[in-house]
Amino acid sequence: MSSVKIELRQDQIDKIHTICDSFGNQSGELINVLHKCQETFGYLPAEVQEVIAEKMEMSAAKVYGVVTFYSFFTMIPKGKHPISICTGTACYVRGAETVLNEFKKQLEIEVGETDVNGVFSLSCLRCVGACGLAPVVQVGDKTYGRVAPDDVKAIIKDYID
Amino acid sequence: MSKYSMHLLVCGGTGCKSQESDIIAEKLKNELLKQGLEETVQVIMTGCFGFCEKGPILKVMPDNTFYTQVKPEDAEEIVEEHVIKGRRVERLLYTDPETEAHVEDSKHMGFYKKQLRIALRNCGVIDPEIIDEYIARDGYSALGEVLANQTPEETIELMKASGLRGRGGAGFPAGLKWDFARKNEADQKYVVCNADEGDPGAFMDRSILEGDPHSVLEAMAIVGRCIGADMGYIYIRAEYPLAIARLKTAIGQARKYGLLGKDILGSDFNFDVDLKYGAGAFVCGEETALIHSMEGERGEPSLKPPFPAESGYMGKPTNVNNVETLANVPVIILKGAEWFSSIGTDTSKGTKVFALAGKINNVGLIEVPMGTTLREVIFEIGGGIKDGKKFKAVQTGGPSGGCLTEKHLDMPISYENLVANGSMMGSGGMIVLDEDDCMVSIAKFYLEFTVEESCGKCAPCRIGNKRLLELLERICEGKGEESDLVRLRNLGEVIKDTSLCGLGQSSPNPVLSTMDNFYDEYLAHVVDKKCPSGVCTDLLEYFIVEENCIGCTACARACPVGCISGERKEPHLINPDTCIKCGACMEKCKFDAVILK
Ligand SMILES: Cc1cc2nc3c(=O)[nH]c(=O)nc-3n(C[C@H](O)[C@H](O)[C@H](O)COP(=O)(O)O)c2cc1C
Ligand code: SF4
Ligand code: SF4
Ligand code: SF4
Ligand code: FES
Ligand code: FES
Repeated sequence: MSSVKIELRQDQIDKIHTICDSFGNQSGELINVLHKCQETFGYLPAEVQEVIAEKMEMSAAKVYGVVTFYSFFTMIPKGKHPISICTGTACYVRGAETVLNEFKKQLEIEVGETDVNGVFSLSCLRCVGACGLAPVVQVGDKTYGRVAPDDVKAIIKDYID
Repeated sequence: MSKYSMHLLVCGGTGCKSQESDIIAEKLKNELLKQGLEETVQVIMTGCFGFCEKGPILKVMPDNTFYTQVKPEDAEEIVEEHVIKGRRVERLLYTDPETEAHVEDSKHMGFYKKQLRIALRNCGVIDPEIIDEYIARDGYSALGEVLANQTPEETIELMKASGLRGRGGAGFPAGLKWDFARKNEADQKYVVCNADEGDPGAFMDRSILEGDPHSVLEAMAIVGRCIGADMGYIYIRAEYPLAIARLKTAIGQARKYGLLGKDILGSDFNFDVDLKYGAGAFVCGEETALIHSMEGERGEPSLKPPFPAESGYMGKPTNVNNVETLANVPVIILKGAEWFSSIGTDTSKGTKVFALAGKINNVGLIEVPMGTTLREVIFEIGGGIKDGKKFKAVQTGGPSGGCLTEKHLDMPISYENLVANGSMMGSGGMIVLDEDDCMVSIAKFYLEFTVEESCGKCAPCRIGNKRLLELLERICEGKGEESDLVRLRNLGEVIKDTSLCGLGQSSPNPVLSTMDNFYDEYLAHVVDKKCPSGVCTDLLEYFIVEENCIGCTACARACPVGCISGERKEPHLINPDTCIKCGACMEKCKFDAVILK
């Protein structure tokens, strides 16, 4: 698993400590701590995991083990406009794969990657609960329904100023 | 509902909300304010109506008018015409696809006629963010009844007699499960609601939580009282932000009303509910994995026994039930076991919620009595196959289930019937497939999912499914042999028999059932190297349609291997033996003459 090397500032370390404290530093609350930290930093780089591990008195390997187990947690920073393509069954049978391929082609990145400018990242989701609009694409908080490969260019253009 | 003479119910489910239904509600409120009608007409954001395909939905009460595909800019006209002048806005009414007539009233829509809404009773009816609306529809009276007039044993007996079975997949009788948890003595017990809903393409539980969160809270308290627990947790996916927000609101309101917390309704019963978040792992829907995840660990299943009812969360007796199972509980208590068991079949009582999706006209959420046939569900409620295509199969049970075909259409839906025909009830996903779908690809899709989601703890599932997937990939690439089909089946059986948890034990089902029902299609892939539905691109060939080709030579010049021949202004021809399928010709041709076939 690749990760970006970063240097945490003291205020960021303090923030992580505050989050751990708010959950009583209880090992059973690790997943909640990780959710909060990902909300704060956007992702969970190794450095953040190490601070959590030390604070909550567990091994870094345990934290890493939990982070990598759950697909919701990511160790790579997302783009400014994260693009998620729903590949749940309902979207798949209505052509999500061709839409996904078009995004890959247009953005020249693979699933799980962020483009060089840090603007777009690409990921897959399993059912966002809007199967009536399949295939569904989300960019940040916005949902696009009934997306065809031909619409992809226009969607990307919405986010390039 | 007293002072208002009219209600505008706007769907606030995920599907409609992502199409700006919240803006519609805002605009309606503004219009009403402008007209001085805010005291007589109320706008309510409800949960999902089930008819997501034609969202955003707006229903007007008391006249039952059902508007579909409403846009924010329609708000003004709806208020002017319908609210003030009492004239329906024709163009927004649902059009019956068969008669092509406008249907004025939801009671006359084919979609609703055969439905019986028990678990979904309040979805699309009440504002899920206002506890008083739930209470006005008998909410929390079942809890009151249980606390005031029943012993826990009596309530458990009532549940047993009702015949309610788990809606999360396995179909275990709910009353029996509560009884086990009750009989295990401990200083602390827990009630857990499984809201992980991992089946991709299913959204039943999410809709219940979004549309009627209090029904689940009330039921959890009832379970708590029955088994002797004072704490409940809802394990919910972090990917469900709307459901989480509504649950938090509901929990806050219930606490304020003294319906959660200490000495509930003046009794000596204490019960509280909190949320635990999942983080995107299908296997965490399995109850032992879910409990490990709640404890902050990797969500790996463990061997049963011990069952959660003996040793669950924090090693204490824990009762795990699915969202939909719980949503049925309060109604059963109020209307009685006899009423509930009069609905459904001999062994499958009550109703089942299904998320209808795929190649079907009315994608959405439906609830039907057990014993309804697949034909009724797909063709009457679901409105048949999209674009007039031919029905091919329906997958139930998600990645753990199997496909059912034409010959199963008249089978009444029940736990037993589905299993006997190679599928299962599962949590209620129902994916409809048409003639354009390749069954080998569908099996491959589900297997990709299981391989990705296998926790890796045991070898048959971790390695076996990977091998199964490789075989399927080879077949879809045209590199498969007939002997691979035997290998698929044998390996699938071994994985089923030797995997540790339900994920591995059911993962080969989509492969095995598509092989049972569509063996010809598998044969076509391995023997003729053809994909009859034209889905597997590696098995398709680029081909120039003579009538469309004007002989512009653009394709021939673009072809990197020079396999396109033809004179200028004459139809061109692709040599399939040397074509490397790069697709350049198709991209260049401006006359749609190059096709894949
Ligand atoms: C791989 C796997 C995934 C499961 N996913 C879910 C799920 O998403 N939701 C659910 O309620 N039950 C799920 N179950 C079933 C649960 O283990 C458990 O049986 C159920 O929550 C019990 O509740 P019920 O008796 O009310 O159905 C899953 C089981 C397996 C083996
Ligand atoms: S069957 Fe699969 S998911 Fe279940 S324990 Fe084994 S490896 Fe994990
Ligand atoms: S580009 Fe199209 S129209 Fe032109 S020669 Fe090729 S197939 Fe024919
Ligand atoms: S697909 Fe590529 S190799 Fe084949 S005919 Fe077209 S251009 Fe040539
Ligand atoms: S499968 Fe894509 S929204 Fe449900
Ligand atoms: S989300 Fe509105 S009808 Fe389902």
